[in-house]
Amino acid sequence: MNKIFLIIQREFLNRVQKKSFLIATIVLPLIFPAIMAVLVYFSIQQKKNATRQTIQYVDESGFFVPDTSKFVFKKLVTDVKSAKEAFQTSDDYGLLYIPHFDLSHPNGVTLYTKVNPSPNDIGNLEGMLENQIRELKMRKFNVDQKVLDSLKTDVPIENLNVADAGQEKKSNSNILLGVGIACGILMYMFIFIYGAQIMQGIIEEKTSKVVEVIVSSVRPFQLMMGKIIGLASVGLLQFLIWIVLITTLSSVVLAYFGVQMPQQQMMQEMAQNNPNVQAPPIAVLEMMSQIPFGYVIFNFLFYFLGGYLLYGALFAAVGSAVDSPAEAQQFMFPITIPLLISYFGLFTFIMNDPHSTVSVCLSIIPFTSPIAMMGRIAFGVPGWQLALSMVSLILGFMLTTWVAGRIYRVGILMHGTKINYKVMAKWFMMKG
Amino acid sequence: MEAALIAQHVTKRYTNHVALDQVSLTIPQQTIFGLLGPNGAGKTTLIRIINQIINADSGEISIFGEPLQPKHIGTIGYLPEERGLYKKLKVGEQLIYLAQLKGLSRKDASEKSKAWMRKFEITDWWNKKVEDLSKGMAQKVQFISTVMHEPRLIILDEPFSGFDPVNAQLITQEILELKAKGCTVIFSTHRMETVEDLCDHIALINKSKKILEGSKKQVKDTYRTNTFVVEHKGTFTLASDGYELVEQKSIEDSFFRSIVRSQHITSPNQLIRDLTNVTEVHSFIEKIPTMSEIFITLVKGGSDE
Repeated sequence: MNKIFLIIQREFLNRVQKKSFLIATIVLPLIFPAIMAVLVYFSIQQKKNATRQTIQYVDESGFFVPDTSKFVFKKLVTDVKSAKEAFQTSDDYGLLYIPHFDLSHPNGVTLYTKVNPSPNDIGNLEGMLENQIRELKMRKFNVDQKVLDSLKTDVPIENLNVADAGQEKKSNSNILLGVGIACGILMYMFIFIYGAQIMQGIIEEKTSKVVEVIVSSVRPFQLMMGKIIGLASVGLLQFLIWIVLITTLSSVVLAYFGVQMPQQQMMQEMAQNNPNVQAPPIAVLEMMSQIPFGYVIFNFLFYFLGGYLLYGALFAAVGSAVDSPAEAQQFMFPITIPLLISYFGLFTFIMNDPHSTVSVCLSIIPFTSPIAMMGRIAFGVPGWQLALSMVSLILGFMLTTWVAGRIYRVGILMHGTKINYKVMAKWFMMKG
Repeated sequence: MEAALIAQHVTKRYTNHVALDQVSLTIPQQTIFGLLGPNGAGKTTLIRIINQIINADSGEISIFGEPLQPKHIGTIGYLPEERGLYKKLKVGEQLIYLAQLKGLSRKDASEKSKAWMRKFEITDWWNKKVEDLSKGMAQKVQFISTVMHEPRLIILDEPFSGFDPVNAQLITQEILELKAKGCTVIFSTHRMETVEDLCDHIALINKSKKILEGSKKQVKDTYRTNTFVVEHKGTFTLASDGYELVEQKSIEDSFFRSIVRSQHITSPNQLIRDLTNVTEVHSFIEKIPTMSEIFITLVKGGSDE
């Protein structure tokens, strides 16, 4: 047991002392907040620009009432031709021309711009015109203004999640989905990166031929487990550093830009007037706080360890059998398949319906559960499914570790043999 | 004195062949024991079993009077034929790590590795990575890692492959010193000159079976052929039918070298007496078989079966 600890310690130090580890651990979490900062910065800039945008309009129909929440409208009392000429030299964003039209066929409305307008802007203007034409039509049918006003309703759909204790939790499926997918992708990356590192480490031990020296001091199984656990602890350390760094930096970034977000204040005012409509950023924060992060992180750690041990053992078996990374490629295929299945399952079945039969199956089968369950976890998974999934994952990694250990103990001492699955099966059957 | 290692009827089977077939050996303490045999004879399998890397299917092994157990890992120092070090690890850390795996405390391991590096005058390599060392330098480090935990039984599998003559000499010196201090050394090799120079005892394994075992002297005595090399002036023929003239070659002028085999066990004196009757003897020496000749005779003989 003491010797396993020595190997774990050695593996851990070997990796952690490498420059590449430091770079990956420190730089990667800086990238996320940096991207966030850039995105937030640009969206703020855009909002600022958007408020300044001015649209000139020529209204020949005479019914257009500018709604100035999105654009500044400037009415021109000229004909289109001269307006167009004047627009060429002005700094304004666009020129909207509304000709005389038949209410049933409102054609000929044109927006002249110097740059291609975004679909958003066009949509805004269209909506504005459509609303006004609808009102116009209603009035034509002698609908009273009071009736018109009372027709305006705003239905905010609030998503309530009935929890076990009968409490109602607010949930937002988009955020939950985001959390699930982020966890699933992270899991996929971790298993692949660290699994490949186990394999690489074993191939290195084999090609440098240090392995026979080592196994004269420790049992091959101890060496394999020491390596796997040592790398797992590196992975956990990296993960924890990431969590700490990303949350700190992200909140710093959000806090810094948060105070400058102009629309947030506007929304807050709106929210005060109408308590039913919550401002999106605040809602987002509230939703975020509703996600049981402790629960998600605990499960992430469990499935990371379980999935990593399960796949790590397989990677170790492949590493022990081959003499070079190039040779390892052909054996990677069967390991990659279930990982890819769970990865695509995450984006198809689980994204569509985290509680469908396929989703549930994927999250229980030990080869796919680490990724699939992370996709589902934020939506709330029934206790029996979680328990079944965890137990089968534990049984799964015990099985793969046992199989891998039997291949490993023979494989590491074999040099220059031609390897195929039959040979590996023979090694597996071999007596100690 | 009890034997360093006794193997009794050790058998190991793989799916398609038998690697070791009822091999029994006794390795006396404080000797250099040559484990000989052609490639694929089963030497490495036996050594791996002694190192508890693999298990025998049947048979028993005892080491210094006790049945072989995991606790004996620290008793054995093993230099495998397929050997190497962690390339990225610094020499000092590497030696400490390997010694710790053999059961030394970190402090002991550190002190011992420093002492050995002083002895080999390589203290300034402590912080060098192994990949930056030359092959000869790495071999020295490898040797230190084999013996630094003070094993009582040292197993060296083809120890001189990859060593330049200077380092080979240095290592030979160390091996003799370790033997003088009380260590038992098992040499696995097919380099007969090493065996001739260093080994006290040998065992020959061929085709999974032990076909010869004993002290070097015993073995050579067993394979004496009562053949003598005589240098003489003038040719001769042997009248007595107890002798056979195997070969007679001219060396220079009237000098010849003849090889004479005696059919019965006669004393060399009798042969000399008989020879002086027929020729002028200038030199006379018994032709003692070399280990290489014995090896080849036995292995070839075995393959004719």
